[in-house]
This record gives sequence, C-alpha cells and structure tokens, in this order.
Amino acid sequence: MLRKILKPFSKFFEFHARTHYRAERHSMGLTIGIIAAAAVGGFVEIAPLFSIDDTVEADPNMRVYTPLEQAGRDIYIREGCYACHSQMIRTLRDEVDRYGPYSLAVESQYDHPMLWGSKRTGPDLARVGEKFSDEWQVQHLADPRSLVPESVMPQYAFLLNTSLETASLPGRLAALRTVGVPYTDEQVANAADDARGQAIPDSDRAYAVEERYGEATNIRFFDGRRDRLTEMDALVAYLQILGGLSDLPRNMQIPEGD
Amino acid sequence: MMERLTVAERQQAMLITAVLALAGLILAIAGRNDPMGVHGWMTLFFAGGLFFVVGNALYAAEPTEDRTTSYYDDPTKVGILLSLFWAVVAMGMGVWVAAQLAWPDLRFDAAWSSFGRIRPVHTSGVIFGFGGNALIATSYHVMQRTSRARLAGHVSPWFVLLGFNLFCIIAASGYLMGITQSKEYAEPEWYADIWLVIVWVSYFVLYMRTLARRNEPHIYVANWYYMAFILVVAMLHIVNNLAVPASFSAAKSYSAFSGVQDAMTQWWYGHNAVAFFLTSGFLGMLYYFLPKRAERPIYSYRLSILSFWGIVFFYIWAGSHHLHYTAVPQWVQTLGMTFSVMLLVPSWASAGNALMTLNGAWGKVRDDATLRFMMVAAVFYGLSTFEGSFMAVRAVNSLSHYTDWTVGHVHAGAMGWVALITFGSIYALVPILWRRESMYSWKLVEWHFWLALIGTVIYVFAMWNSGIIQGLMWRTYTESGTLAYSFTDSLVAMHPYYVARTIGGAFFLTGAIIGAFNVIMTIRRVRQDTHELDYPTKSEAGEPAVPVAE
Ligand code: HEC
Repeated sequence: MLRKILKPFSKFFEFHARTHYRAERHSMGLTIGIIAAAAVGGFVEIAPLFSIDDTVEADPNMRVYTPLEQAGRDIYIREGCYACHSQMIRTLRDEVDRYGPYSLAVESQYDHPMLWGSKRTGPDLARVGEKFSDEWQVQHLADPRSLVPESVMPQYAFLLNTSLETASLPGRLAALRTVGVPYTDEQVANAADDARGQAIPDSDRAYAVEERYGEATNIRFFDGRRDRLTEMDALVAYLQILGGLSDLPRNMQIPEGD
Repeated sequence: MMERLTVAERQQAMLITAVLALAGLILAIAGRNDPMGVHGWMTLFFAGGLFFVVGNALYAAEPTEDRTTSYYDDPTKVGILLSLFWAVVAMGMGVWVAAQLAWPDLRFDAAWSSFGRIRPVHTSGVIFGFGGNALIATSYHVMQRTSRARLAGHVSPWFVLLGFNLFCIIAASGYLMGITQSKEYAEPEWYADIWLVIVWVSYFVLYMRTLARRNEPHIYVANWYYMAFILVVAMLHIVNNLAVPASFSAAKSYSAFSGVQDAMTQWWYGHNAVAFFLTSGFLGMLYYFLPKRAERPIYSYRLSILSFWGIVFFYIWAGSHHLHYTAVPQWVQTLGMTFSVMLLVPSWASAGNALMTLNGAWGKVRDDATLRFMMVAAVFYGLSTFEGSFMAVRAVNSLSHYTDWTVGHVHAGAMGWVALITFGSIYALVPILWRRESMYSWKLVEWHFWLALIGTVIYVFAMWNSGIIQGLMWRTYTESGTLAYSFTDSLVAMHPYYVARTIGGAFFLTGAIIGAFNVIMTIRRVRQDTHELDYPTKSEAGEPAVPVAE
C-alpha cells in the first residue's frame, strides 16, 4: 500500500535527481533552473492582485492625503514610527474591540508605500485619527511619559521647533501621481501653499484648501503654534486623518447591538 | 596587497574609483539641499581614498610568479575583517536598541538616536554588514576551492566587496539622517538601490566566470546555494525597490506599489530576504565548512538535491504568512500558510543532512568548539524552521503576529543559525587564509561559543515569554465580555523581559568582541604554516575540492 502511494513520488525524485545531476555540470543550466523555480510563487501570488477587481473594494468617496498630511506621513516614515506601530487591524474580535472596524484594502489604496507594520510595541494606529485632541497628540509626541508614565515611546520634542520644508511638496505630489494617486494639476501646483493653509484656519489659503480637498478637511493650528508651520503640524495632521480617508469600514461593519 | 595586481589592473581600478568619485560629486552637488548630498560627499571620499591608495602604488613592483598557481585570497581576508567589524558595530547597536525598550531615555537628546532611526542600523548592519560581508568573503573562498581555480579577475572581487560596503555605509548613515523607504530590510533609497544592482550584477558575473574556469566537472552543493542567493536576491531587490523619486536632487521616493499590492510585494521580499540572504547563502557556508572541518563527506547527495530545489521553489510562496487576517485576499494567505508548512520538509532535510554528516564525529564536536559552532547552528536552523512553519499557521499567527514572539523567532534564526555558522566558518577559515598553524587561542573560541549560546538562549526565552504573554493579554476578555487589559497593562508586563533580552544580547555581543580580538591576534601573533596542498590544480595532488572524496 505505502509503496504504491510512494511510487509516483519516487519516480519523480529519481527523475529530479538525474536532471539535477546533468544540470550541475553547467552553471547556466543551474542559473536558469534557479530563476525558473523561484519565479513561480511570486508570479502566482502577486500578479493577480493587480488584475482581480475585488482585491480592493471600490469607494468613490475615498479621499487623498492633503499635502500637509502627506508631509506628516513622510515624517512618520523618516522617524521609523512604523517600527513600533502597525496600521492594520486584523479581522479578529479582540482587535476590532480594541481598535475599531477591521482595516479594508481600499483604505491604503493611496499609501505608497503601505505602513501596515509588523510589530506592536505601541498600539495600532489605523484608526487613531480624532481619538485624541491635537493638544494631547502634541504633548504626547513631545514627552510621552508626561501623559503615559509607563510608555517606552521616544520623545520627539524637536518637531515643535523644526520648520516644515514645503518647497519640495509639489514634486512629491507629482511623484505620487505618477505611481497612481489621483492628484489634480491644481493640487500639485499649489501643494506648498495648501500645506500652509491647512494649519492657518480662516485664512484665504485655508479656504483654497477646503475648495481643493473638500469640506471635511481638518483645518486647525495643529501644534498650537501660530507663528510658524512646523513638522509637528504635519505629523499631527497626519495622525488625525488616520482611519478617516474612507467611510466604508464603518458603514460595512455595523457593530453588534446597534 | 597591491603587489598582486598588474599595472594595467591598477589603472583599471583607478578608472573605476575615479568614475565613482565623479558620481559622488554629482550626487553631492545635486543633493546639496538634502541629506542625500551628505551621501554624495561620503561616496566621493570613499572612492577618492581608494583612488589614492591605488595610485600611490601604481608603479610598484608587479607580480612575477604565475598567478594561476595560487588562490587569490586578499579580498576574502578583507571581507572577513569587515564582517567582524560590522558584527561588533551592529550587535552593539542591537544591544542599545534593546536597552531603549527597557529604559526609553537611554539615548541622546538628538533626533538621530531615537528607536525608529537606530533600529534599521542594527538590522541592516547585522544582515548586510555582518552577514553580507561574510557571505561574499566565504563565497570567494568556496568558489575557488571547490572549483580548484583562481578567482576570475583581480579588480572585480574588490569592486564587489568594497562596493557592497559602500552600500552598507550609505544605508546605515542614511537611517540616522532619516533617509528610509520604510520597507523593512529594504530601507535604503533609490540611488543606493541602483548602486547595489550594479554591484550585484558584477558579483554574479564574477561567480560565473570563476565557475567557468573550474577544474572539476561538477559544481559542488555549496555553490548552488551561493548562486541561488545571488540570483534570487537580485530579483527580489529589483522588484521590491521599484519607486519614483520625488526629485533627482533629493533622497525621497515613493514606492511604485500601494496598499495590498505593496504589502504583498514587501513580504514576498521580506520573507525571501530571510530565505535567500539568511538561509541559502549560509547553507552554502554550512555545506562547505562543516564537512571540511569534520573531515567527513556530506551524508547524502540525494538529500542535498531534494532540499536545495525544495527550498528554492517553496520559500517564494511563503511571504504572505506575514499577512494573515489582513486586507490581503484570503486565498493568498492560505497559499502562504500551505507552502510555509511544506517548507519544513526541505528545511529539515538540510538540517538533518548536516547533523547526519557529523554522525561518527561526535568526539570532534565535543572537543572542537569551531565544529560545535556549526553543529549548534544546524540545530538552531532545524528549530527555527520548525517554529517558522508553526507560526505560519493562521491560528498560531493570530496570537504571535505583532508580538515579541516574532522578534524571538527571528533572533533564534539570526543569532542561533546565521551568526553561529558564520563564526564557526570564520574560525575554520582564518588559519587557512592567513597561513597560520591555528587560532590564537582555542580557549577564547570556547568562551565565545558559550557566551553566544547562553546569550541566544536568554534572548529567545525572554521573547517567547513576552510575546506569548503580550498576545494573550491582548485577547483576554473579562466575564462581562470586555477586554481585560489595556495596552499599557501589557506594556508594563513586558519590562522584565526587555531587561533580560538586553542582557542576552550583551552576552552575544561580548562573544563577538572576543571573536574579533582572537582573529586579530591570530593574524598578528601566531606562527606561519604553509598549508601546502591549498592551491589550484587539475591533478589529484592538491587539497580535494569537495570535502573528502565521495
Ligand atoms: C519604541 C517604540 C515606539 C516608537 C518608535 C513610536 N512609538 Fe508611539 N507608542 C509607543 C508605545 C509603547 C505607546 C503606548 C504608550 C503611550 O501611549 O505612550 C505609543 C503610543 C502612541 C500613540 C497613542 C496611541 C493610542 O491609541 O493610545 C500615538 C498616537 C503614537 N504612539 C504615535 C507615534 C508616532 C507618530 C511615532 C513616530 C514619530 C511613534 N509613535 C513612535 C511606542 C513607540
């Protein structure tokens, strides 16, 4: 019985070993074999993700990041926040209870690159937007242990005193458009101004931001400083939009008992 | 060292370094308003320095003897020393990062010293600096010995080795300045990535040209693994780093992929960096140095064929087990899990092959710490591949993912397998390379062995405990159906394990420092020995190409 089951396998191994024995005398034979064997898996798993339509849910109301939020995202990457924080709530009950509706593919559709993370030294941040006030966020980033004494998060006080570099923002938005984020020409051209406008409520620039990015855009003195635009403004603007780009998760996943 | 190059080769080297210096200057000027400019200057100094070193000896005496009658070991020697240098730096960084999680204020009041910026210095430093240099150096040694032929070329081995180190320097210094793509283990930005492609292609060409010179009909197992390492890493690196720079005068770029597709590409890369950088290459080391040191042939040639192709084919599918329960489609997760479990077969075939090779040589394992390094490495390889397949199962992953258990798993592999096989190979290799009678002190090798083993065990147990406790606390409910613990509660519970982990890491680091010291003392103090059979030849007179005739 066992013999019968194993027979086709042993034939295969025999054939495999012989083929290999011949191939190992030719470095090019080995090279081609290795490339071929290693290419299959990636091709089968990755290529369909680009072509199968229901891989990413459709949300016509999905927002893009404003220039200030994108600048904040770039700071998040620069500081390596992703090394301690995930942005991917899994489809597990305790995660949904702790962090909110589980993450959908569409939510990171415009995230180049994604920041799902791999380690939760700190909590998940996928839905941290508007969970805390701007003041809390600023205070927490400047001195985490003043709010959470047990925290092991690093302090980032310097962000409050570092002016945000805005000149490169049009170029950044243009690059993002190249890889697939639907920014308009106008949004790209005015990126630097819009970054400023978003942190100065009730100014002409702020109205322009509202016009270009929608009524729901957060326009506030994020870092509390009125004299200049800092990196803290950008980072807090980014944190406050996390989970807020699409309404789909909340609409699709109606909590039990409601 | 320059006396082994002809004047024409020296001129070639000067030309290459001059072109590189020019590239550095362009980068420095283009990026003058961005941290990228600093990298331009660093490249300029690096290449300029080499230009003068070579130029200074341009017309010194040329080699007189026939170079094909000996192996070319200078680049291997430098590679081993660089590997040890990176080991001490990167493991030192590791202890510091670990300490920051126990005592978060153990840092400078400067942006560069925060956890998020120095962690990649540790990971890249260990993987690429320590591991990469060791792989390049040992591959030079192994490809020559198993082919019984001298390296093909005298400039390209240096180009590959030093070019790779330039990449490592740019990577590590970039993180401190905040230059990163955020893709784990692929953090360096576009210009560094392009440079690595150039270096890597040269590496492959060098390998193929050396094999083409071989005086043996067959290509030995170790070379298959080194070849898989070079080829697949090239494929992974190029695809995962596809990106559009925001400007050619700054470092920042945006990944060509987003969201789900980016996650899948990243973990296809990430997991196979483990497979083809940290496994395949080091199996190459294992398949050469372990039988050589034990003076026994590999237990089964058949088994090595099976495990080789199994590893090359199965591993590629496994990356999606990093994405269980996420927004990646379920069928991809299931494929990832299935192949991860199947992967256990070829992995254990390799580990078993290594251990069976030692069967009958246990006396040597007991007495010789160098061989013991390799034996324990094979055991850890077996254990961590088992653990990996286990953690890839969805139900287990729901607990282990995002926790320290993953960190523990990675370190069982990185410390227990990768670092131990590397140190074992270095101890076997150094006396041969430098033509010494033996290592400076076998007692220090023993010390290193025990420090490394104890450090690894402390580290891994600490992370198992913290990871499982963390995972359980996050999912525990009270009787009334609410979550029992806040995130902060779990954080407090981690503290003792974070302290223990730091101590384990410090043990390991101490071992590495002792190892580096021992190697330097071997070079400086130990008596010469001819190792007279170690030369390229067609005849059977020399050292056998494959450990002990089959
Ligand atoms: C060393 C790991 C680490 C790094 C790096 C880190 N954090 Fe944290 N973070 C934590 C921990 C631990 C907590 C939980 C304790 C607390 O609230 O401080 C936390 C909490 C937070 C919270 C509150 C989340 C909540 O729901 O309570 C936010 C927001 C946050 N971090 C943002 C950031 C940002 C932005 C960065 C990068 C600039 C960052 N963190 C970098 C570890 C880290």
